[in-house]
Amino acid sequence: MRTDLALPPLAPARVHEATGPGAVGFALMQAACQTAPVTWITPAHDATHLLPAGMGRMLSPSRMMLVRAPSETDLLWSVEEALRSGAVGMVIASPAKPLSLTAGRRLQLAAEAGRTMGLLLVRDGAGSNAVETRWHCAPLWDERISTLQEWSLIKNKKGTLGTWAVNWDDTSRSVRVVSKAGERALVADPAH
Amino acid sequence: MRIRPIEGPFALTHRSGNADHLHCLNGVATARGLRRGMPLADARALCPDLVTRPSDLPREAAFLSALARWMGRYAPWVARDGLNGVMVDLTGSAHLFGGEAALLRDLQTRMVRNGITAQTGIADTGGAAHAIARHGGGIAAAGGVMEAIGPLPVAALRIDSDTAAALARLGLRTIRDLVLVPRAPLARRFGAGLMLRLDQALGAVSEPISAETGPPHFAVRMTLPEPIGLVSDVEAGLQRLLDRLCETLALHGAGARRLRLELRRVDGAEAVLEIGLARAMRDPARILPLFRAAIAEVEAGFGIDRMRLVGALTEPMPAVQLSAAQEKGQDKLADLVTRLGNRLGFENVQRFLQAESHIPERSYLIAPMTFSAVEETGWSATDRRPLTVFPPERIDAAGPTPPARFRWRRMALVTGRASGPERLTPEWWFDDPAWRSGLRDYWKVETRQGRRLWLYHTPQSPAWYVQGEFA
Repeated sequence: MRTDLALPPLAPARVHEATGPGAVGFALMQAACQTAPVTWITPAHDATHLLPAGMGRMLSPSRMMLVRAPSETDLLWSVEEALRSGAVGMVIASPAKPLSLTAGRRLQLAAEAGRTMGLLLVRDGAGSNAVETRWHCAPLWDERISTLQEWSLIKNKKGTLGTWAVNWDDTSRSVRVVSKAGERALVADPAH
Repeated sequence: MRIRPIEGPFALTHRSGNADHLHCLNGVATARGLRRGMPLADARALCPDLVTRPSDLPREAAFLSALARWMGRYAPWVARDGLNGVMVDLTGSAHLFGGEAALLRDLQTRMVRNGITAQTGIADTGGAAHAIARHGGGIAAAGGVMEAIGPLPVAALRIDSDTAAALARLGLRTIRDLVLVPRAPLARRFGAGLMLRLDQALGAVSEPISAETGPPHFAVRMTLPEPIGLVSDVEAGLQRLLDRLCETLALHGAGARRLRLELRRVDGAEAVLEIGLARAMRDPARILPLFRAAIAEVEAGFGIDRMRLVGALTEPMPAVQLSAAQEKGQDKLADLVTRLGNRLGFENVQRFLQAESHIPERSYLIAPMTFSAVEETGWSATDRRPLTVFPPERIDAAGPTPPARFRWRRMALVTGRASGPERLTPEWWFDDPAWRSGLRDYWKVETRQGRRLWLYHTPQSPAWYVQGEFA
């Protein structure tokens, strides 16, 4: 694993996956890199909601289009329609079941047709083979930084894997890569 | 009545004040001695087998408007006459139907065919035609108004019933009687209104018919000489209908929000397709693809021979200057919302709106995207609020400060750092069951395991809950 590389940006016009407890944060931070509207598709029975007062740190809630899909089929159909339309910059969805190969491939084709990036938030081990990359995201404990995350690229069709520790910068609204634990002394607080 | 014919006496009732009155009755009921305006209780005493229904005034008015529009086939000047009549200025158009008598026959035939009982009358003046139509009907010869309406009772003059009763007490029962007495005392006693009505009926005062233009009607139809069944044919037909409808919409500066396509099959069955649009639209090229999925599912049977396209819901859509790229993105987004909304329901395609509340769960609204405008500014965000919230989950802990270790979702967590408390009080003017436990002290708890949770403690009924998660 190499840690000195810059964080690779998600390939546009492809479908990606994120797993782990930090997946929602990962999705929001990726959406923050763009300016186009974002479609967030969830099952209608999902009781977990985004809170504008919190997610507003990453991107303006006015850019968010929320879709609640009554069934799993409706959810996948909505993802495909949104990807294909090209009207939004990014489509984020949380399917409840693992995708079949056909479904994954269809989404990939839709993303290419609409030149739109898709990101599926899936449970651990429920990933699809058709996706471009898969990330495992988890928040990290740190004495000083309270947005530290560990993002591991665990599947990549066109490149190497890797692990990055990142934090969120509120002023520039961007993700910043932090050096790994052993080297963190280099950016230590000058007061120490 | 057309759907459920009733043989015996029948009346519509109208409730005014706290008593039901007869509003409208059929011939059998009139023959049994019932009158319009009679209290329902009296009517039942006179005629125990009377069948009644409550009247629906708005629908009656709508029917009258539709009738008035249909009467446009006889002459362009058509107006509603009170609550129960339509007046047409036939001047110069009767000969097109072969004279007044032939026109009246044609009208009666068509009415009867449609199951409508109508009383008709033609005269030189509107007032006279009104009187004749309601008292026997027929045609008054040109210049013969006085002969035609002279023998009719004064009530035929469109005067209120009090005046008619007072005139009857004076022995002035017919219109002819009224003409023969001196005008001045009559005018002094009954006011200028009576004389105006009399003069209008006799033609001394002109009474032009002011044709009502009515609201624009957004519906087009097409009847086909040969039934069609292919999807491409239906689409071609729809294309033509759409072109015409959108032209009308553009003319009136309106856009459609909901469109209904009615396809009538040869065997009389009808298929109705309805689509909603995310925002007002009048661009045929963009509306047509939205119908495509629905058209493919229509059962054509032996073929479709009539198509009708209705703008079921329209709203004003003034012409705007289009600007290049941004407008195109907006169009695409609206199309996407339309497609998603037509399958999932428009209430399932939402956006965030701001709300004025310090309670985190109520600091925003989620509203359907089609019925709300985007709020670009005014959003505030803080690192003291989590990214996601869920229904509160209770954890085992005690005391006013966050527990050093706790279990949540079957994970053992150790508190690394806790920041807080942030005390929020319930909104006393709003009784929210979730906030019945009183004050909440919110803490941001960062655990050694990584998860950063949003905990709260309710000091008034001590307990700890997890309600959200930070990045």
